[in-house]
Amino acid sequence: MSTVFIAFQANEDTRPIIEAIMADNPHAEVEDQPAMVKVSAPDKLTINKATVEEVIGREFDLQEMHINLITLSGHVDEDDEYFTLSWNS
Amino acid sequence: MAVHAIGNYHFAPRDHAGIYGDHQIVYFCWDRHLLFAAPFILFVPGEMSLGEFLEERIKPMLAPDPDAGVLEWAEARWSNGPVAFTPDFNASLTANGIGHKGKIIMSTPGLNSLIPDS
Amino acid sequence: MDMPVKKPKLGIKERYAFLTRDLGWEPTYQPKDKIYPYTRYEGIKIHDWDKWEDPFRLTMDAYWKYQAEKERKFYAIIDAHAQNNGHLNITDARYLTALKLFLQAISPGEYAAHKGFARIGREFEGVGTQVACQMQSLDEIRHAQTQIHAISNYNKYYNGFHAFAQQRDRIWYTSVPRSFFDDAMSGGPFEFITAIGFAFEYVLTNLLFVPFMSGAAYNGDMATVTFGFSAQSDEARHMTLGLECIKFMLEQDPDNLPIVQKWLDKWFWRGLRILTLVGAMMDYMLPKRVMSWKEAWQIYGVENGGALFRDLARYGVRVPKGWDIANESADHVSHQLMLGLYQWSFGTSFHAWIPSDEDMDWLSAKYPDTFDRYYRPRWDHIRKLAEAGTPYQNVGLAQLCNVCQLPAVFTEPGDPTRHSHRQTEHEGEIYHFCSDGCRDIFLDEPEKYVQSWLPMPQLFNAPNFGDVGKWMEWVGLVPGQDNGDYQGSQDQADFEAWKHQASAT
Repeated sequence: MSTVFIAFQANEDTRPIIEAIMADNPHAEVEDQPAMVKVSAPDKLTINKATVEEVIGREFDLQEMHINLITLSGHVDEDDEYFTLSWNS
Repeated sequence: MAVHAIGNYHFAPRDHAGIYGDHQIVYFCWDRHLLFAAPFILFVPGEMSLGEFLEERIKPMLAPDPDAGVLEWAEARWSNGPVAFTPDFNASLTANGIGHKGKIIMSTPGLNSLIPDS
Repeated sequence: MDMPVKKPKLGIKERYAFLTRDLGWEPTYQPKDKIYPYTRYEGIKIHDWDKWEDPFRLTMDAYWKYQAEKERKFYAIIDAHAQNNGHLNITDARYLTALKLFLQAISPGEYAAHKGFARIGREFEGVGTQVACQMQSLDEIRHAQTQIHAISNYNKYYNGFHAFAQQRDRIWYTSVPRSFFDDAMSGGPFEFITAIGFAFEYVLTNLLFVPFMSGAAYNGDMATVTFGFSAQSDEARHMTLGLECIKFMLEQDPDNLPIVQKWLDKWFWRGLRILTLVGAMMDYMLPKRVMSWKEAWQIYGVENGGALFRDLARYGVRVPKGWDIANESADHVSHQLMLGLYQWSFGTSFHAWIPSDEDMDWLSAKYPDTFDRYYRPRWDHIRKLAEAGTPYQNVGLAQLCNVCQLPAVFTEPGDPTRHSHRQTEHEGEIYHFCSDGCRDIFLDEPEKYVQSWLPMPQLFNAPNFGDVGKWMEWVGLVPGQDNGDYQGSQDQADFEAWKHQASAT
């Protein structure tokens, strides 16, 4: 088992993204650090566009997260509808 | 040639002896005396005697160490890089086998006030 | 009310294909190996460039849009910081030593990376790789610029910053990162991307970025924190590029494995050595510390690195040679270097100082096995010398390692009481190293490293011929202003005076 994670700047733009991640990834854990929010999960973590849109109340392009992304760990699989991080080991 | 290259790859070393004429770079380290964070680099004529090198150039640099006051050149052990040698303090650096970029390591077993034994 | 019906548009994968892959045509009037002459000589075998998977399918239009937004946000904050005397919010002006080191040692590296990625963006054959490298080249010059802009406000008020560009080429400790990038840039495109894109930007990046950015946050440096956040999403893309290139090389041909492994061993070691500067910064230069170098190494090196190499094991990749020595050295290197920087501070364009009792108690607690036994006695003695009016300056100057170019402060693995001495002879000349790791790098490619421009031996060459005063002028160091002890410096006096003016009492 290896941990994947994604970290964002802590601001009002990223709050709904974090909420969406927590809703869709039951094994994920949130860690608040100064000015940063980090979400970790064992082996795999997925961000679903539809869930973010439900939370945020408008259309959302997953690539918007580039503005506030800090770092991540894991192999990236990107699509219009989802963004997944995973380790294969 | 070990380097993978797109053509001939052979250049003169940047600090080869020829650049410095009758002077040479010499390194000096007092083993187990790490107050001096790294071995010293000095620039001296190769024909300078080892004794003069130590008395005039090295001794003042070692003064801040608490062991400097009891240091006796003749009681120390000497090596030129990894190879032990018996110093002739009256002979030149080069005659003692210390050439350009040679490193003198002086060891004084039992004398290491600031550094634990191991 | 119904949601408006979305107009059908191209999916991310399709849009990406049109704007990148479809722009890479098969040449008909020149053979491919004439257009791309450098993709074979390193011995790496690529059979199908189209197999390179684009992890972030970022097209140019999206890139401009999001980068422009980041720039607007960044400069709004930098302006506000400057307009509101943000420099007075730092914990105290000792913190600026970390920032001076960053500007002199790291920012020029961003510029070098920009050049390197521009080059390999041209030299690689696959369109996906070309686009990603070109974007990274733009990112890196943006990082160089935003760092310089973020730090420029401090240059208006404090010493040591002004000559960073000149010092990059001429002063001694900057040759550590400079030679790192020169080494990568003089290699071929595959070595460059393994060295910088993977080893530096993936394996080791958090050990550089998090300490400096957290250090800035903990010490009230809003400008640098803002830079950090602005750059970080670029870094996420860089990390994925590096990882993707490693996977790509290893999946294309099993013959690539030994070459890639050799590069991992070399660049892990070179990266580890550069990070010594970060270790000294974290443990000694931050008035308010984030964590120790040893702790950072445990989290970002051992744990994160461990997860990565477990994942790569399926390709036959093993943990880099020198990993165990790196772990042992985490207990020592920050102290070894800082003792050096203090005793040579007459020649640094930043201030050093003797750690206080509180500082040393923190160091004891963070380094229970090593600080009190090996390093506190030296600091205590240095303090005694300072109190006696004979502050310790080591005019013996330093032997530098021919490969990593750090002063040879490192000790023998397993014995922290003796310097690590390694040397070799090549074509009649002697070369010295700080470790087996560095010596092995030399022995593998001696023709490269005989060309090392080592600042200390070169001090005795033209144009300064051993004259330290002339050397100071040549490197842009103003004695009595940029160098020496923080205690009694102009930075200290000014900061304290201005803070006093800024407060109500």
